Amino acid sequence: MTVIATESLSKRFPRVTALDRLSMDIGPGVTGLVGANGAGKSTLIKILLGLSPATEGRAAVLGLDVATSGGQIRERVGYMPEHDCLPPDVSATEFVVHMARMSGLPPTAARERTADTLRHVGLYEERYRPIGGYSTGMKQRVKLAQALVHDPQLVFLDEPTNGLDPVGRDEMLGLIRRVHTDFGISVLVTSHLLGELERTCDHVVVIDGGKLLRSSSTTDFTQTTTTLAVEVTDTDEHPDGTRVLRDALSGRGIETRTGGELPGAGHTILLTAEGEETYDLVRDLVADLGLGLVRMEQRRHHIAEVFTDEPRQESAPGRAAAAPGPAPRTAAATAQQTGGGRDER
Amino acid sequence: MSAESTQIHNIGYRNYDGPRLGRAYARRSLFSQSLRGAYGLGRSAKSKVLPMILFAVMCLPAAIMVAVAVTTKAKDLPVDYTRYAIFLQAVISLFLAAQAPQTVSRDLRFKTVPLYFSRPIERGDYVLAKFAAMSSALFVLTAAPLLVLYVGALLAKLDFADQTKGFAQGLVSVALLSLLFSGIALVISAVTPRRGFGIAAVIAVMTITYGAVSTVQAIAYEQGSTGAIAWLGLFSPITLIDGVQSAFLGATSAFPGGEGPSSGVGVVYVLVVLGLIAGCYGAMMRRYRKVGL
Repeated sequence: MTVIATESLSKRFPRVTALDRLSMDIGPGVTGLVGANGAGKSTLIKILLGLSPATEGRAAVLGLDVATSGGQIRERVGYMPEHDCLPPDVSATEFVVHMARMSGLPPTAARERTADTLRHVGLYEERYRPIGGYSTGMKQRVKLAQALVHDPQLVFLDEPTNGLDPVGRDEMLGLIRRVHTDFGISVLVTSHLLGELERTCDHVVVIDGGKLLRSSSTTDFTQTTTTLAVEVTDTDEHPDGTRVLRDALSGRGIETRTGGELPGAGHTILLTAEGEETYDLVRDLVADLGLGLVRMEQRRHHIAEVFTDEPRQESAPGRAAAAPGPAPRTAAATAQQTGGGRDER
Repeated sequence: MSAESTQIHNIGYRNYDGPRLGRAYARRSLFSQSLRGAYGLGRSAKSKVLPMILFAVMCLPAAIMVAVAVTTKAKDLPVDYTRYAIFLQAVISLFLAAQAPQTVSRDLRFKTVPLYFSRPIERGDYVLAKFAAMSSALFVLTAAPLLVLYVGALLAKLDFADQTKGFAQGLVSVALLSLLFSGIALVISAVTPRRGFGIAAVIAVMTITYGAVSTVQAIAYEQGSTGAIAWLGLFSPITLIDGVQSAFLGATSAFPGGEGPSSGVGVVYVLVVLGLIAGCYGAMMRRYRKVGL
């Protein structure tokens, strides 16, 4: 089943092309939509909600055509905007009840669903207080609650982790994961942080300049992009532990490089993890050399890396199948060779 | 899944499979929420103060008049039904200035509008609901004292037919007034997300136009050009209503020298009023085309 399908969808404004012949199919599950600012993410959501007509091409949400069934789509879809959208002088409960009624829920159901939803997003006693006094994290939860209160089949979350601290980010990402696993609601979540979405999504779609850059399942994504950062201590036996480990690794046929120009980064070894065995190899080598392993972690990729490191090819509007799970890479995605970047040399 | 679903999960997610009442229901809900909001109902205690005081101030003179009429056994009420709103126009302007911005600017200022438009209702529904809510709020404010007068008049055993006719004419007049004033005030408020500007601008438009028109009318009257007086009245909301009701609703004009418009000019008045109401509605629709998501 396809939740969102677009077919050479284009949106042109007088001076800028926001979407350029975008074709993709998105299945149920959590799908990340990644793109730099101005990549066309918000424009796409607007079109998918049936609020802005496409210049050309077609799009369907939950099997309904966006051009003709906007109202029906909006009844079954939730939307959490990127910006602040909460009036400060009402309580979360009052606000969400009102929004539930705006979605067509009868008064009693609206109140019940509001209480349920606010509890699920993690707002308890404070829901009776005016929203003006909430922290950013709590406000984000209210925004999420109003998108979920009418039990949609699909939610669009526009930059839900914006402005959150690392703990808040993790909580929000966990919550988004639960929206699908526990609530059974499909999610389309946008972000400009690829690493964030890697952890949350079944599937990631990258768009840039209104074009589809790549579309693949996350397992696929992380396999090809995982860069491992390793840092070791020096010992009396090996005064330069970093160098020794690099030599040992290249002896095993693994290319390494240092972390770059930043202060302290010279002690970081970056290497490409091919799979589980790379982790084991690093661990064993470090142990054999008698070095102390300070850290070994996956490098989070900033979305900018995907754009800068990859040769910009004309991305043919290939149709990338987007079933969740470890789907085999499709011909389109492979042909684009957009994946992997520096890791696929 | 099936084995798990037989257990009792207290905090489990429940799907909603009840009715979804759709667009018309959402529009009605928005209307009632906005109407209640105009009187501060469903909002903080602080926001109830001003509208309630203004409502009381609006009704108080009517109550006093009724008391006087009943005790002195007067043959007629001291003020016509149609004249009452003109009499207390300052209170109406204040109410409008306070409540029109809160009806529309809040949603713009806090960017709540996109949340509405990501739901089944559309631009037209939103504008219609807000327009209807503000007009109804104003109608309640202006018709309530008329009702007090009418009930009082009947208690004072004034002529039933006479009073009923006057009351009906008064209701038509304030209905027209409510639509016109709401339209103008909502358009002004919808232009600015800042509530303060909205309040100031609404008061300015209501009082300055009235002040200017009455001054020029007075000058025209002094100089004997009485023909101009009626035409000048077209340029302020309150004199427009005055003109319509003195031409068609049996009111005595508040224009200098009672020089209300004739039936011919009165038709122009009606057309201008209806045109303005339609124009305000159109302007609102245009305004919200820009503020989608």
